[in-house]
Amino acid sequence: MASEAAVLEQTHEQDEHLWEGGKSPFKASYGKLMMWYFLVSDAFTFAGFLIAYGALRFSSETWPLADFVFEKIPFFSHTKAPLVFVTFMTFVLIASSVTMVRAVQEGHRENKNGAVKWLVLTMVGGLIFLSSQAWEWTTLIAKEGVTIHTNPFSRHIDEGTYLSAADLEGMGFTKVEKNVHGTPATYFLPAGAADIEENRYFVKVDHFGNSFAGKEFKAGDSYLITINHDTHMYEPGAYKSASGAVLKEAFGPRAFGALFFFITGFHGFHVFSGVCFLTIVAINTASGIYLRRRNGHEMVEKIGLYWHFVDLVWVFVFLVFYLL
Amino acid sequence: MAHATTTVQDQETKLIEELGYDDHFHEHEHGDKYKSNFITKYIFSQDHKIIARQFLITGIIWAIIGAAMSVIFRLQLGFPDESLAWLQPLLGKWIEIDAATGVGKLSQEFYYALVTMHGTIIVFFVLTAGLSGTFSNLLIPFQIGARDMASPFLNMLSYWFFFLAGVVMFFSLFLSTGPFAGGWVAYPPLSALPQASDGSGAGMTLWLISLTLFVVSVGLGGINYITTVLNLRTKGMNMWRMPLTVWAFFITAIIALLSFPVLVSGFLLLMFDRGLGTSFYLNEIFIGGQALDHIGGSPILYQHLFWFLGHPEVYIIILPAMGLVSEVLSTHCRKPIFGYKAMVYSILAIAFLSFIVWAHHMFMAGVNPFISNFFVIFTLIIAVPSAVKVFNWISTMYKANIRYNSASLFAIGFVSMFISGGLTGIFLGNSAIDIQMHDTYFVVAHFHIVMGVAAFFGMFAGIYHWFPKMYGRFMNETLGRIHFWGTLIGAYAIFWPMHYLGMAGVPRRYYRFDSFEYLRPFEDMNQFITIAAIITFGLQILFVVNFFYSIWKGKKMTTKNPWGATTIEWTTPIEPIHGNWPGKLPAVQRWPYDYGKDGREFIPQIEPIGPNETEVH
Repeated sequence: MASEAAVLEQTHEQDEHLWEGGKSPFKASYGKLMMWYFLVSDAFTFAGFLIAYGALRFSSETWPLADFVFEKIPFFSHTKAPLVFVTFMTFVLIASSVTMVRAVQEGHRENKNGAVKWLVLTMVGGLIFLSSQAWEWTTLIAKEGVTIHTNPFSRHIDEGTYLSAADLEGMGFTKVEKNVHGTPATYFLPAGAADIEENRYFVKVDHFGNSFAGKEFKAGDSYLITINHDTHMYEPGAYKSASGAVLKEAFGPRAFGALFFFITGFHGFHVFSGVCFLTIVAINTASGIYLRRRNGHEMVEKIGLYWHFVDLVWVFVFLVFYLL
Repeated sequence: MAHATTTVQDQETKLIEELGYDDHFHEHEHGDKYKSNFITKYIFSQDHKIIARQFLITGIIWAIIGAAMSVIFRLQLGFPDESLAWLQPLLGKWIEIDAATGVGKLSQEFYYALVTMHGTIIVFFVLTAGLSGTFSNLLIPFQIGARDMASPFLNMLSYWFFFLAGVVMFFSLFLSTGPFAGGWVAYPPLSALPQASDGSGAGMTLWLISLTLFVVSVGLGGINYITTVLNLRTKGMNMWRMPLTVWAFFITAIIALLSFPVLVSGFLLLMFDRGLGTSFYLNEIFIGGQALDHIGGSPILYQHLFWFLGHPEVYIIILPAMGLVSEVLSTHCRKPIFGYKAMVYSILAIAFLSFIVWAHHMFMAGVNPFISNFFVIFTLIIAVPSAVKVFNWISTMYKANIRYNSASLFAIGFVSMFISGGLTGIFLGNSAIDIQMHDTYFVVAHFHIVMGVAAFFGMFAGIYHWFPKMYGRFMNETLGRIHFWGTLIGAYAIFWPMHYLGMAGVPRRYYRFDSFEYLRPFEDMNQFITIAAIITFGLQILFVVNFFYSIWKGKKMTTKNPWGATTIEWTTPIEPIHGNWPGKLPAVQRWPYDYGKDGREFIPQIEPIGPNETEVH
């Protein structure tokens, strides 16, 4: 074996001729380079989406406030904890990058069992992230009624006061009580108006039945149009605006829901694929075939590049959907 | 003569043996995963030489289909009153026969489908996959001295994804509602609403699937080309010794890898709008008198995402052609390419600029005029590196003892076409002139000459030049020359008059013009263009016949290096072998353009620089 100094000298000499042909100028195997170039192109796909997001968001008049939309946490349904749950998700994902680094390190040390251990921990991180995302989506879709077509989250553009049933009847509205899907529903129609969705005004209550009647709000305040799970009806609350007109809550920009599910879904698909790849790589590592290969545990390194990339993309998704 | 050639070849073999680089390839790999039966050798082949031929032949088949479509819609434009009933056996219900008179008319819907498919097929399947797929595969490993691509398996997948994309697109031609008919750019709302037109339903769905498969193919090919150029250059082949072909393929692959993913973003959003009813691209739209439930989207957003690919795409098409032409011109002029480094830098400049000019396709789409200024400036700046290349080609030909043959003629024809089409590009790049010119035949003339005909000329130059390397035989020279002169004259005859049509305000994409009084004077010109198009199409059939005839019956190649070229692909055996070189890999000693130096006709790249040799090249 050559001494370390000699090896260093040799490496230095090679450095000067890296581009002369017959060797890899980046000292990386073709497989690793290919992964890098794939990631660069994938980054452009995500960039395309995020630019579409920006274009649609900034051409909308209003946009829901992230602190208001993402304030639920599991098990404590009455607690308002803005961005706490997504912070947890993000932390788990970033932590899974740390375990990935350890897996790669153990791979370099040709330590099969160590690599498998850290790979499995990374998979666990990915699975926790995916389950959290599933809970977040379920809450948004099933509890709050956000879909790719409808967005009940928005912000007031003027100030006003929510109205009670007595207020509405006093202003000449007709009270309608009827059964929808076997459940009694109550709403108010302006005098002489047909009973169609556009004409229905509701007394605002939240999902827990608390009434908003008499409550004042300012321009820029967030609101959520309550969805009644028994009647499947959205119940836009009636309010009196500063000018004295009786209005009802308007739906938020539709692009919000569509973009949220599309982009976080596309990212989630990447995480899911990543977990699948990690499973394959962990099985292969455990079987010991990488120990016999010329390039050793390089496959662990390649999947590591992918995993870090997916985490990095999440940082941008997190930024635009939750922080901005 | 025969004796002298043998000596030259012996000397080359000796040079490779003495100076070459032994990677023990044949000891390690031989008979291992390449045990060949018919399927693994010709169908699911992982050999770059076979994959190149697969790309080329698939490209030729698509070129015939795409060009035949243009002939059919040209018949409609040139002779709107003639009966097309004779086309009914081929087109079936798309020829509508008037029961009373028996006159057959091309259905208007199908006219648009033909125009759309012609564009899609030629741009993507022929001039992207057929051109860059063929020659990147053939020449990158050959010219940098590699045994094969970095990943032969992904390379094979790249071809088969392209093949699948083609199959899906081909199926869409036979749908009862017809293929997609909203233009090759597939702008929403025509592409986003399945009920918008006949072709917007199943036709558009298959179009999207096909092109998504195509992007996968481009991606797999692209990462392979880039990695191969970076990692597998033989000893001595530094970046400044790479032939301009390899430079062009390398940069093309980078552009493709950065621009096609954005097209995928655009397509995925479009798929959501189509399939799930989102409103990314749709806003307050009526169809058939009925208001749709879409709000908040922007059709311009799609155009931005599309043209972020779309503009680099024209350089993905033209750069490989430029590379091929540089190489062919230098070889047949027996002169070094003029300004080698300037050529490389101009490729890099074009590649960079290609990413910041996309909105010049959208001047009239409602883009802010102040933003247009930005795009006008960078569009016009592209003229500079393009002009550098043109002047360098002309300087290479200046006072050269040019060997005129099919390959070099097509290379010279390319320069002519590129100048003609490039100049009209300077007109169109100005947003003010674009107000008059947009969506007219001036635009059609411009892009057909500069990236259609020119890229085809580059491709033909490449095919005639490297045909011996691909098949060990020559193409017929007489037929080649007829093909060249006919195509040169024919292409100008088709597209030159279109400039006048465009300046007079004839809009593109119209089914017929005779209901507009101001367009009546151009009926004769349209007939002339159609006749020219039919003749030119016939000449391409001549090329196809020549191509396939020569594969089996062409004149055999007797020496390794028939053109006297310096590059190392001509040191490989006439009968191609797996791994390209039988023994050691050649070590490269010099740049690739030492023609006519120190009184010698050419000095191969594998020959070391002699003690008394002049420094400069």
